[in-house]
Amino acid sequence: MYQLESVSQTYVRRGNTVHALDNCSLTIPENDFVAIVGPSGSGKTTLLSVLGGMLSPTSGNVELDGVSLYGLSLEERASLRNRRIGFVFQTFNLVPWLTARENVQIPMMLSKVPAKEQQERALELLERVGLADRTDHRPAELSQGQQQRVALARTLANNPEIILADEPTGNLDPETRKQAMNFLREFHEDGRTIVMVTHDKETASYAQRSIQLVNGVPQELAHRNAA
Amino acid sequence: MKLRHLILKEVWQRPTPMLTSLIAVTLGVMALVAIQNITIYSEDRINSDMESLGANVLVMPPEVTLQDYYAADLHGRTMPEEYVTRLALAQLPGVQNLAPKLCVETTVNSREVTLTGILPKNEFQKKSAWQGLGMLTNAVGSDRGCCATPATLDADNSPESLAHTRTIQELGERELILGSDVAAQLNAKVGKKLTLFDEKFNVIAVLPATGTIDDSRMFAHLHSVQDLSGAGPVVNVIEIMACCDDAAGDLISDLSAELPETRVITIAQVVETQVAVNGLMSRLSWVFFAILLLVAAASIASVMYANVTERRKEIGTLMALGATRGFVTSLFLGKALLLGIMGGIGGFIAGTILAIVLGPSLLGIQVSPIPQLFLIGILSATAVALAASYLPARRAAGLDPCLVFNDA
Ligand SMILES: Nc1ncnc2c1ncn2[C@@H]1O[C@H](COP(=O)(O)OP(=O)(O)OP(=O)(O)O)[C@@H](O)[C@H]1O
Ligand SMILES: [Mg+2]
Repeated sequence: MYQLESVSQTYVRRGNTVHALDNCSLTIPENDFVAIVGPSGSGKTTLLSVLGGMLSPTSGNVELDGVSLYGLSLEERASLRNRRIGFVFQTFNLVPWLTARENVQIPMMLSKVPAKEQQERALELLERVGLADRTDHRPAELSQGQQQRVALARTLANNPEIILADEPTGNLDPETRKQAMNFLREFHEDGRTIVMVTHDKETASYAQRSIQLVNGVPQELAHRNAA
Repeated sequence: MKLRHLILKEVWQRPTPMLTSLIAVTLGVMALVAIQNITIYSEDRINSDMESLGANVLVMPPEVTLQDYYAADLHGRTMPEEYVTRLALAQLPGVQNLAPKLCVETTVNSREVTLTGILPKNEFQKKSAWQGLGMLTNAVGSDRGCCATPATLDADNSPESLAHTRTIQELGERELILGSDVAAQLNAKVGKKLTLFDEKFNVIAVLPATGTIDDSRMFAHLHSVQDLSGAGPVVNVIEIMACCDDAAGDLISDLSAELPETRVITIAQVVETQVAVNGLMSRLSWVFFAILLLVAAASIASVMYANVTERRKEIGTLMALGATRGFVTSLFLGKALLLGIMGGIGGFIAGTILAIVLGPSLLGIQVSPIPQLFLIGILSATAVALAASYLPARRAAGLDPCLVFNDA
């Protein structure tokens, strides 16, 4: 699915050069569930941005299903993200003045799904994450765990093949963490490819394999069994 | 859910930051609409005044400045009535008629009214010295007091003719003619008795509506008004009906020579001043409009920039979820559009109400809404809002979507 070839991302700030990704080559097959681990500042988020088509690397080639991701125009990449990639964030990133249902509708709104269909699918997805009774609540009226579940429902709105998650459990307590991870596992079992950045060993154990980043260089860790 | 809902919902949920900008836009449009509205109607009225004027030269006390022809006798300054006699005796060529007036305030049925004393033409005829004066036998009170189109004499003999010719043939000492508004207010008809200055007056006529300040006045014999109000033998103004050609030529200098203690004004001059005032108002309104819109633009731009900064994470999220730059731009320009439309509509309504309220009290004119001003208001407000939001919208669209990860 993803094919990265000698991808490097360097930042120059006040004369200092930072290699966020250093000659990184990586293959992520379809329906993989991979955890990216590594110390802070090792380039995990940078890698995720590159995979999400949001950050054109300084050098190297990123292919998605044989198509050069950064050969596409900005608009084409936005549309690709909208249709094929779902995001989960550490801080959930729900729009605070929209209800749970409306938040789930956003990706569908962006791809101009008819209003009625948007609503029906949003309700269906919220039901799937166990929030059928919270559809008209705004994020501030929801617990952290509930907010992350709304975000997980939003991820599925356009039925993407890929889910990119940056510390999806970083802001959750152990109980809700488990709940969120079980949903991600379900999404993986649906046939989706999941790339997840995490600090947490326990969270990483939900993945099929782990890649450790050290100073922008990826390193395959011993395979774990899919928990 | 569509872009539209997103914009409306955001504004609806967090209206406060937009409020100042909205007020600025509204005020700009309001100032323009109100002033233009009044100016346009005031111009209309000058034009219709020009057509309905009975007199075309006014003789007034020297300290009076004149803006409004119909209020020419409302300044409170007086001059001796004897001037009328002097003018009549001078037999200046071109003078067709003389109409002295004295206005006093009084109450009828505890209502404030303006009582105007006028001199009927038979008073001139009584004075034998004036017999044979051309002005008494000639046609008078034609449309603009111009000799070219003389009115028939019959028209002058009914009291109602006062409305058009501003002169009247006969008027008894305790007789009263009512303007249409004042008649309606007092519920008075011909034949009714009204008490003024403790004297009973008989209503002999109600004038048809003229749309001027005359509608709210009462007319009585000049000498009755002088006696009862204790003003003495004085008048506020002498209206002169003159041939247009003469009024434009030597007549004014002749009149000034005859009555050096007075101010002689032609209607043309009055109209010119008023037109000039209107022009100034109209130009000023554009200046106000421009300044207020500039203020609005600055306010919108700063509020929009703040809005973009505040919503960075939200914008980044939308971009991660697949929003294009075009979408993000539309999100902010759409908000600007909403602001412009609301400001335009609000400003038009507020300005029109202001004009309708102020028109009658400031300038004594009736005003109604002008649709063209709606168009101008809404278009310019929208254009300004969009222009001021352009750079903030571009900044929003140019945000790096990667910030969704970092701005934890
Ligand atoms: N926009 C940027 N400008 C300059 N340097 C940057 C930028 N983004 C990231 N970096 C640098 O690149 C390196 C990798 O950053 P990245 O965010 O990918 O780390 P990370 O592995 O996600 O860290 P963490 O676990 O703390 O989230 C860091 O040294 C960071 O300082
Ligand atoms: Mg990170």
